[in-house]
Amino acid sequence: MADPAVPLPASAGAAEREASGPRGPKPRHVFSRRNIFLYGTLIVVAVYYLLPLYVMVVTSLKGMPEIRMGNIFSPPLEITFEPWVKAWATACTGLNCDGLSRGFWNSVRITVPSVLLSIAIASVNGYALANWRFKGADTFFVILIVGAFIPYQVMIYPIVIILREIGLYGSLSGLVIVHSIFGMPILTLLFRNYFASMPEELFRAARVDGAGFWGIFLRIMAPMSLPIFVVAIILQVTGIWNDFLFGVVYTRPDTYPMTVQLNNIVNSVQGVKEYNVNMAATILTGLVPLIVYFISGKLFVRGIAAGAVKG
Amino acid sequence: MSKSERPNPLFRNLNAKVASIPMILTASVVFVGGTVWTVFYSFTNSKLLPRLNFAGLDQYYRLWVTPRWLISIENLLIYGAISLVFSLVIGFLLAALLDQKIRFEDTFRTIFLYPFALSFIVTGLVWQWLLNPDFGIQHVVRDLGWTSFNFDPLYNSSIVIYGISIAALWQGTGLIMCLMLAGLRGIDEDIWKAARVDGIPMWKTYLFIVIPMMRPVFITTLVIIASGIVKVYDLVVAQTSGGPGIASEVPAKYVYDYMFFAQNLGQGFAASTMMLLSVVIVVVPWAYLEFGGRKRG
Repeated sequence: MADPAVPLPASAGAAEREASGPRGPKPRHVFSRRNIFLYGTLIVVAVYYLLPLYVMVVTSLKGMPEIRMGNIFSPPLEITFEPWVKAWATACTGLNCDGLSRGFWNSVRITVPSVLLSIAIASVNGYALANWRFKGADTFFVILIVGAFIPYQVMIYPIVIILREIGLYGSLSGLVIVHSIFGMPILTLLFRNYFASMPEELFRAARVDGAGFWGIFLRIMAPMSLPIFVVAIILQVTGIWNDFLFGVVYTRPDTYPMTVQLNNIVNSVQGVKEYNVNMAATILTGLVPLIVYFISGKLFVRGIAAGAVKG
Repeated sequence: MSKSERPNPLFRNLNAKVASIPMILTASVVFVGGTVWTVFYSFTNSKLLPRLNFAGLDQYYRLWVTPRWLISIENLLIYGAISLVFSLVIGFLLAALLDQKIRFEDTFRTIFLYPFALSFIVTGLVWQWLLNPDFGIQHVVRDLGWTSFNFDPLYNSSIVIYGISIAALWQGTGLIMCLMLAGLRGIDEDIWKAARVDGIPMWKTYLFIVIPMMRPVFITTLVIIASGIVKVYDLVVAQTSGGPGIASEVPAKYVYDYMFFAQNLGQGFAASTMMLLSVVIVVVPWAYLEFGGRKRG
């Protein structure tokens, strides 16, 4: 935060600055022209960003006759939750007509182990890279990071073969492995940078006291790294929940994650399009990442900043 | 952490090596092995199953005479140009607005960023609904009395890629704004004071002082946007499934369709190798500067 009230280091410097500065504390005109422009713009933009969410919610609460008659922005005259029930429990995807509930539980069963596994592996990787540097480790790390930018399409098919060979193709466990693999680069980077920023004396002292590789990790490093673990969890939960490509490639209809099932429900060619059910289904699928986003607030911001830039 | 001072014999740090096995396997088997495998098989005429019948550059030749691939490339270029320019401009402008010490900054930031939490599938379906000509924006505007109003980007093959870009920008600008905001916050407050003392107008300060100072942020952002562009797939599937006709096809979808629907693996491999090539050209110089050179010191 670039706060204007940050105290200047030396009082002499501060006094000097104050004397020479052209303005004192800013006069607070609530309705200055600048403010009207500033907030006006922000509010208009905010409305634009919120509009799709509003339309989704409104559409999902209308009955089909009302959708055909009215416009998408008008609030529902008669609120009905039927589309939600249908989207959750009875909407059809291919042969199955048990709605999104199947996909939801599949997604849960994919996301939870993937998040745990990928974070467990990546945190140990990052710790080994930061504190126990061994020859060649850097090379693998660079490959990993560059690999994060390689289009997944290049690696999709070889993984299909590998999974088929070990008998996990089409299963939830196979997808868990895939997510753990592709989550590794960014998470390892995250953890490596975090552990590298911890005071080295801590590590040295523990070594002197006779703690080994795992001892230091479990008793000192991991407990001190709660924030970065939370950030990693947020990144992975939203990322894995939102995945579509891996889901569509590595699962079969009865193991489809929620995103794949959603796309199949909405973009199915046969039958009458039930826009209200579609929008309810869309909201249901977006709900988990949205909840994570709203609950975690600033941590989410830190998470994407850490994942995107350097930790 | 600086390099360990003690020279390590081979058997030292055994635990660290054991713990790094997943990373080593992933890096060498999946990332390197998988990539090499795909590139290698792109020179074969594999159809339903990967086969070792070498066909030289046949697949690449066929790729570049297939209209669908050419349209994919063209779409990717248009989509890429729009994404790059508009996400940078909008992201920066929003960040600059939020950086004016406004009230409710957190609220605004939350609103601009929430689409980023949603998947491309969800984003695509929402915008499919908003841009639906029979019910969406076109319908609403026509109801207001402007009956000749036409706005059906997803159903008009000449502008469909722009329709997809609208959704992509809605989803992604929040992230760019966040990164830019972090960059702006990293600028020393004294720069602003100095510029103000010198009477430099605000826009000039941004353009000639602040933006050049934010070069690293811009580069990171650029790499993120660029690597996202090449991967674009879900959004197209959700919004148009590549239609109308083949008007909104993109390379990632071409690869997937040829590998898993058309059962023409060789084409899929060749196309994905082309994707790889484009990314390598963008990313490798950056990755080298960022991780390679510095860490070795």
